[in-house]
Amino acid sequence: MKKIISVLVENQAGVLNRITGLFSRRAFNIESLAVGVTDDKNMSRITIIVDSGNNVVEQVEKQLNKLVDVIKVRTIEENHMIGRELILIKVSANTRTRQDILNVCQIMGGKIDDVSPTSMTLELSDTTEKVDLFEELLRPFSILEVARTGLVALQKGHGAI
Amino acid sequence: MVKGAQALIESLRREGVTHVFGYAGATICEAADALAASDIGYTLVRTEQNAGHMASGYARMSGKVGVCMVTSGPGATNLITGIATAYMDSIPMVAITGQVESHLLGRDIFQEVDITGAVAPFIKHSYLVKDAREIPRIVKEAFHIASTGRQGPVLIDIPSDIQKKEIDPIYPETVDLRGYKPSYKGNVVQIRRVADAIEEAKRPVICAGGGIFSAGARDELRALAESAGIPVVTTMMGLGVLATDHPLNMGMIGSFGNICANKALAKSDLLILAGARVANRAILSPTEIGRRMRTIHLDVDPAEIGKNVSTNIPVVGDIRCILRQIMEHGPHVDSQDWIDALQEKRKGELAAELPRLKAGVHPGKVMKSLGLQMDEDACVCVDVGQNQIWACRYLPLHGGRFLTTGGLGTMGYALPAAIGAKVACPDCQTIVVCGDGGFQMAFNELATLVSQGSDVKIVLLENHVLGLVNEIQKKSYSGPFGVNLDGSPDFELLARAYGIAFGRVEDDDHIDEAVERMFAHEGPYILCCSVDADTTTGD
Repeated sequence: MKKIISVLVENQAGVLNRITGLFSRRAFNIESLAVGVTDDKNMSRITIIVDSGNNVVEQVEKQLNKLVDVIKVRTIEENHMIGRELILIKVSANTRTRQDILNVCQIMGGKIDDVSPTSMTLELSDTTEKVDLFEELLRPFSILEVARTGLVALQKGHGAI
Repeated sequence: MVKGAQALIESLRREGVTHVFGYAGATICEAADALAASDIGYTLVRTEQNAGHMASGYARMSGKVGVCMVTSGPGATNLITGIATAYMDSIPMVAITGQVESHLLGRDIFQEVDITGAVAPFIKHSYLVKDAREIPRIVKEAFHIASTGRQGPVLIDIPSDIQKKEIDPIYPETVDLRGYKPSYKGNVVQIRRVADAIEEAKRPVICAGGGIFSAGARDELRALAESAGIPVVTTMMGLGVLATDHPLNMGMIGSFGNICANKALAKSDLLILAGARVANRAILSPTEIGRRMRTIHLDVDPAEIGKNVSTNIPVVGDIRCILRQIMEHGPHVDSQDWIDALQEKRKGELAAELPRLKAGVHPGKVMKSLGLQMDEDACVCVDVGQNQIWACRYLPLHGGRFLTTGGLGTMGYALPAAIGAKVACPDCQTIVVCGDGGFQMAFNELATLVSQGSDVKIVLLENHVLGLVNEIQKKSYSGPFGVNLDGSPDFELLARAYGIAFGRVEDDDHIDEAVERMFAHEGPYILCCSVDADTTTGD
C-alpha cells in the first residue's frame, strides 16, 4: 500500500543528499519525492511516496528520525491526505487537432500555457490518478515532452505536523 | 580576534579534550599550529586509518569522545575505514579533516575530496564549515551528537582559509538541535510490562551487547541478573560484561559462540536484548526467535528495535537508566532449575581439555594462560579472524575490557586501538591479540608505540595464513586461494628493528613460562606463538 511520508527538515545544503542517500543504502524504494521551503524559511518539507509494507515504512521513518537535520517525520495514509501533483505537457498540435486537445484540457480542468503553430503546452494540477489520465488522453496527439513534480501532500482536517 | 583554528582548539579544550591522534598535511597546518600552542597531547600515527582506531581505543577506555585530526584528500580518505569501524561499533568520535580553500571547493584541485559526501552512509553526522564564526557552535554540537543517544563518529571538515580567518569567537554553553533529542528515560508503562514479563517467565535469558559498555551499565546489568535470577549471554561486543566465571554468565552467542550460550538462547521463553542489535553473526535465524519466545528489546536507538528481530516489548532509552528503572520493580524469577541446567553445561564447556595438536601451540591454551596471568582489570585488544574467535572462546575475562571490532570486523584494529587505550589509561595493563595477517596491516604503528613509550604486550599468533578465510575456502569453496602470507618478515628481526623485546613459543609445554616472561618484561613486547596453518577454530 502506498504511504506518504512527510518530512520537515532544516533548510540547509546537503540535507536532501542525506535523505536520498539513506533511501538508497537501506534499499528503500522511492516512488516520488518533492521538496519545497515551508512558511518558515529555515525549514523545508520533503514529501516522499513509498509503496512498501508496514515494516519497511516504520524502518524508513525511524532511520529518517535519526538524521540530525530531520525535525519531524509523519506517515500519512493515502485516504487521510490531500495530495496534488503538477504536470506540464507539450503535445503536437495543428489546425486539425487543436480543438480536440482543447476539449480534453477543458474536461480535465487543465490550462493552456503556450501555443505554437505546431504544438500546445498544457498544465494540470490534480491527484496522481487524474494526472495519469490526463497524460493518457493526450497520448494519441503525440506527446513531445512531459515534466511532473511528484506528489506534495498535507493531511486532511485541522491537524498539522 | 583569533584565528578559526585557534577557536577550534579552544573549543576542543572546552569539551575536555586532552589528546588528539593525527597526521600532518598541508590543509591542517593552521590547526596543528594552534594545537601545538595548547596543552592538548598529540600522537602522530603512521597512517590515518589508525588515527581513527586509536581514537576508538581511547574512547572505549576513557569513556570520553576520541578525537582524530588529519589533512584533506588522501588523509581524509585513509581515515574512512576508521570512521566506518567506529560507526558500526557505536564509538563516540570526532574526526577533524582539513579541506582545500573554500572558494576552490568543487574544482577537483590538489588533495580535494568530498569527504562529508564520502562518509555519509556510515557517520552519525558531519559538518563542512563555511563560516569560521560557526566553529565553536559546530564543535559543541559535534561532541554532543557523538557522545549522546547511540554514540558514533561525527566529522568536521574545515577549509584551510576558514582555519586562517580572524574572528571574535562566541563559545556557546548549550546545544540547541531541534532535530536531535535522544530519549534517556524508559517509558514507565513499558518498564512495568518488562517487570511483569520477567515475573511470568520460567526460562528467561539476558543477551547483553556493546550498548552496556557505551552506557556504562555494567554494574546495573550484573545487579539485575543477580537480583532477578536471570542467566546472561553476550554478543561479541558484550564480552566482559560479566566475568567469565560468574555463575550467571553462560558465554557468547552466535556462529562462533559457546554451545551453552546458544542453547540458553534457543531454549529460553523470554529473551531480554540489552544494548544488542542482533546482527547476523550473533543470531542466525531472527525469525525463529520471534516465533519461539517473547522478546524484550532495550536500546537507545529506536531504529534498532524491530529492525532484525520482532519485539514484544520495546523500551527506548539509556540502558543504564532503563535497568535501574526495571530494578525498582524488583522482579524475580524462580529459575533455579533453569540456571542449574545451564551451569552444568557451562562448567563442562569451560573445563574441557584442549587437545595437543600435531604441530605448534593450541591458541586456546595461549588464551587460557594469558587469562590466568594477566591483571584483573587488563584491557585486551583483539583483532579480527581466527585469533578473535580463539580469544572470544578461551580467554577468561575478569573485570577488565575486551576491545574488538564486532561490527565492521576491520583487520589491523587491535594494535592501534591498544595504543589509544594506553593513552587513555596509562596504568592499565594493555594486551594485543592478533594474527600475522592483521599484524601486517598495522605494524607500521609499532613506531607510534615506541615513540609513545607505551607498554603494550602483543601476542602474535603466527600461522603464515589468513586463517579464517582459509577455513571458509577449504570448507565451502574449491580450496584455499590467495591466503598464504608468503614473504612475511622474520618477526624477531622486525621487533629488533623497532627495539621491542621479543619472545617465541612453539609448543604447548612452554606457553606458561613464555607468557610469564612477557609480563615480567618492562615495556613493549611481542610474543610470537607458532600456530600450525591447518589449526582451525573447531580444534
